[in-house]
Amino acid sequence: MPAATDDNTYGVQPPGLDFKDSNTIPLPPPKHFQPSLRYPSSRKTIYDRNLSRPSSTTSLASFAYIFNTIITYHHAKSGSVSEIETRLNRAGYPIGIKMLDLLLYRQSGKAVRPIRLLELLQFIHGALWRGLFGRAADALEQSTSKKNEYMIVDNEPVVNTYISIPREMSQLNCAAFVAGIIEGVCDAAAFGTEGVTAHWAEGDEMWPGKTIFLLKFQEKVIERDEAIKASVG
Amino acid sequence: MATATTSKASRMGEEIWKTRVDKISAEVLTLTYGTLVAQLCRDLTLPNTASQTDYLAVNAELDRMGYAIGLRLIEDFLAKSQNTGHCSNFREVAEVISKVGFKMFLNVVPEVRGWQGPPAGEEGAGGPVAFSLVLEENPLAEFVELPDDGRAQDELWYSNVLCGVLRGALEMVQMQVEARFTSDVLRGHESTEMRVTLVRYLQDELPADDD
Repeated sequence: MPAATDDNTYGVQPPGLDFKDSNTIPLPPPKHFQPSLRYPSSRKTIYDRNLSRPSSTTSLASFAYIFNTIITYHHAKSGSVSEIETRLNRAGYPIGIKMLDLLLYRQSGKAVRPIRLLELLQFIHGALWRGLFGRAADALEQSTSKKNEYMIVDNEPVVNTYISIPREMSQLNCAAFVAGIIEGVCDAAAFGTEGVTAHWAEGDEMWPGKTIFLLKFQEKVIERDEAIKASVG
Repeated sequence: MATATTSKASRMGEEIWKTRVDKISAEVLTLTYGTLVAQLCRDLTLPNTASQTDYLAVNAELDRMGYAIGLRLIEDFLAKSQNTGHCSNFREVAEVISKVGFKMFLNVVPEVRGWQGPPAGEEGAGGPVAFSLVLEENPLAEFVELPDDGRAQDELWYSNVLCGVLRGALEMVQMQVEARFTSDVLRGHESTEMRVTLVRYLQDELPADDD
């Protein structure tokens, strides 16, 4: 066993040393986790309720009040339109991470997360939208110029139902919240993005609230997908 | 009297829910409310700490947000429940809040319990007038578990926004009330209950031209 050296007091493994003979300091075994939460004896906890229970409905107005409160809160803390959108995106992000698992769990048959890019996009366009808004999104498109950009179109985002944007902030689209949810789903499914953003599709007379969600995937995601495609054929 | 009001209010609540309310998945509301509370828990921290939530400040902020909602929500409530007529006493108010208000906005009907005060119609006689709303189902708190930090279960009232909503909405119809949670299954209690106490009727502040 080699003698302890001064520069090895913190248990850092010097290069070239055999693991067995090193004089690393063993970490103490992790403390056994002791939950300290109290639960009602009626067992009305999240662990006792069936995750697959049919989702009940509530009033759209209540959602609008809460969503409006969130927007007001972030508006007061933001200096610009883009900052509001970023904050709304961050508010939606953790929802997306949880929705992926929840929706996969509820899928009839097998709970397999999307492996291919197209599967993921169809999952967002279909299952995610149905889970959240009771219907599929209106379109799924690929950018003609950039192969890492995809667009999901919603003609009339539910979240924008009671929202009117003041003229001086006309660029603001509060569906940035939904963009955050999408980004969360993509990240949780290991399809890293360079951001998901919500934009107004201007000029559509039939659907004045039409919104385009722009998904920009990281290059490596595209490369991986092409590699799988090449290997599978 | 009370039972007649109860069944009338129940029917009306059901009717309004079926015919006049735009709906959305309850889970979207749950998750959206959760993201708001989580944000407040991150933003409102105890002095000189970066990550210790000031839960009392979160309660207060949720109540304040609810109050702002209540001030606007009452218009929606009155518009949709046009045939309610006036409540002649605070007991009827309790029934209408539970059977019509909660039904209309959250699709749940909390049970009115723990009535305290003089007989119906004689609230002016003095003494506290109060009731409890027992929420068998709480759409705001589905999927929720409070942080296991030894404090949240003693300090945070997760659904406190509802207290503010009641306070704000009732103030707009000339009732000053105090609303607070007295128990919550999230804290390990057996039920989720709010206590609503009438402070006073704001009759003096009626606009002169109001009919």
